[in-house]
Amino acid sequence: MAGESSLRKGRKAPYALIGPGMLWLILFFLVPMWTLLRIALSEKPNAFLPDYELTWRWANFSDAISRFQPELIRSFTYAGVATILCILIGYPLAYFVAFKAGRFRALLLGLIMVPFFTSFLIRTIAWQTILGQDGPALGVLKALSLVSVTDAIGLTSNGAFLNTPQAVIGGLTYNFVAFMILPIYVSLEKIDPRLMEAARDLYSTPAAAFRKVVLPLSLPGVFAGTLLTFIPAAGDYINAELLGNVKTGMIGSQISKLFLKESNYPEAAALSFIFMAIITVGVLVYAKILGTEELSA
Amino acid sequence: MTVSEKDNATPSLSQRRAVIEIDNVSKVFGDYVAVEHANFTIHEGEFFSMLGPSGCGKTTTLRMIAGFETPTTGAIRLEGSDVSRVPPHKRDVNTVFQQYALFPHMTVWDNIAYGPRAKKLDKAETARRVDEMLEVVRLGDFAKRKPTQLSGGQQQRVALARALVNYPKALLLDEPLGALDLKLRQGMQLELKRIQREVGITFIFVTHDQEEALTMSDRIAVMNAGRVEQIGTPREIYDRPSNVFVAGFIGQANLWPATVKGHKPNATTVEVAGRTLDVSQDDSALGVGDSGTFMVRPERMYVEQQLSDESRWTVVGTVAEMVFQGPVVRYELVLPDGAHAVAHVPARREGLPVPGDTVHASWADDAGVLLADPHNASPATSSNTSSNTSPTATEPEPKETEQ
Repeated sequence: MAGESSLRKGRKAPYALIGPGMLWLILFFLVPMWTLLRIALSEKPNAFLPDYELTWRWANFSDAISRFQPELIRSFTYAGVATILCILIGYPLAYFVAFKAGRFRALLLGLIMVPFFTSFLIRTIAWQTILGQDGPALGVLKALSLVSVTDAIGLTSNGAFLNTPQAVIGGLTYNFVAFMILPIYVSLEKIDPRLMEAARDLYSTPAAAFRKVVLPLSLPGVFAGTLLTFIPAAGDYINAELLGNVKTGMIGSQISKLFLKESNYPEAAALSFIFMAIITVGVLVYAKILGTEELSA
Repeated sequence: MTVSEKDNATPSLSQRRAVIEIDNVSKVFGDYVAVEHANFTIHEGEFFSMLGPSGCGKTTTLRMIAGFETPTTGAIRLEGSDVSRVPPHKRDVNTVFQQYALFPHMTVWDNIAYGPRAKKLDKAETARRVDEMLEVVRLGDFAKRKPTQLSGGQQQRVALARALVNYPKALLLDEPLGALDLKLRQGMQLELKRIQREVGITFIFVTHDQEEALTMSDRIAVMNAGRVEQIGTPREIYDRPSNVFVAGFIGQANLWPATVKGHKPNATTVEVAGRTLDVSQDDSALGVGDSGTFMVRPERMYVEQQLSDESRWTVVGTVAEMVFQGPVVRYELVLPDGAHAVAHVPARREGLPVPGDTVHASWADDAGVLLADPHNASPATSSNTSSNTSPTATEPEPKETEQ
């Protein structure tokens, strides 16, 4: 009998362990999601009151898509470009820290992290000041009479940094690049340097050794970094609000406006759902293309 | 001291073509001398070992042959052409790494095909060679597996196949058996010998395990503190070590201080343990009055209460300890001058002296070796891992990856 009861206890233990986590998910994920879905299917009877009533109006979704299509496309485009820039900046940096930095490795990792002790909002406001019409960046360009050059290469438009897509994408890149560097660094750091020697020994040039051995083994880091960068960047509205203008609005700004200014809860909820659905499908497709095989290795 | 190769000792080998020549090679890391004036030649089809304690420079020498390090001075020639500054991917030598360094994201088949593909061999030839190698290492059924799904011994064989598939001019093996347990290691030693005979490729093998080196090698270079101490066949190195370090590192040895008393034709008269005796070697660098070291291997010693053969050299001692070790009994004797002697005697059932007995410790004429370097304060017998002859022997070597 004693054995049986301990066996039963043994079976219950895993459920007991995931219990708190499950409760958390039900309370703070499933319940809000269900509430959000009900709001998304509601109607707003009075344009001037925040009230809504559940009428199962599925057309809310199609309405949101047709009304905010430009912002949706813009969000994913800006986030996509920022993510690619993060890979281009972050991968070489992570590679350097992992393989070439020697005793400065910890110092460099610290320096990458230091800006993130300041709030996201404050850092973005700082960029607003730096890039502003009377800010130091434009001041230097003007002093050197380079504004026409930067206009031509698209770094500025009409002699200004701010209120451009470039500024928003730059802000997103700056704010999220650390989330790209760290996972790539972790995956590179795990690679046994002898694998590179083995590739060199087996007739690969340094470039071929990188392409055939280091790059494939670091893809899980790139995958993780992309998710950590792309998803929050696509949903971000601080950068679009502070560094952009009406023409650079992203989906986050629209949701916040619908919710806080127009008090149009059903449409805000529907738009949130569409955004989540696109992200989820995108991530699954991305994992299928890049992730699964490498991640299982 | 630089010991150059004794080619005359292995006439059959010296007639073979030289594959690798190490020509006065030194390697310095900062102010640390990892390899000092190494000089030797490795011949076609030879199983050549570099043996020595941690930090002796054997791995650095191997890495210079592979191309991962560049000699500070001197030259490395591969089939006659200087490759000292040729990058690893342009050298026709391949390495079996310590811990194997198999590519974890590739199957066994793709791991082995890596070299042929990098060399841009056509698909049919690549497939033919990979399949052939899988047969040689007996892993045909494992081609589709990932390295993590294999045992240590199987990974070892994949590493071997991955290197051999390129038909290199020489195969470099960096302590390849170190990660395996004893049983598997002994199996792999024989396996390696079989594969080497089958493919006929020159093997250069780095190890700190003297037994492994004796078992597998055609010739061994014994290294210590960056220097090559002796090169020769296992038999030569064991029976005629050139100095105290080699005598103590390979096997066990009784090492006693000796003073030269005179020279005879084909013999040198020395005083050892309070006795005067002749050593049948007249090539000693020692003059009359110089001190050297006299060596006898424990298994060459007889321990008897009644001396049975008057032609042997004898010292009288007292049995201090007697340990039954299975096939042999290990005796520890105290000699009249206080020196210790160790003897391994076949474990007969009857008539073995016991502790406290006064015995004759004797050896045949050809068992005694006179070494030119003086005996130091090391114990009478050195185990195979001791490195007591040089204070620098235990210093870490920056690029050695031994564990």
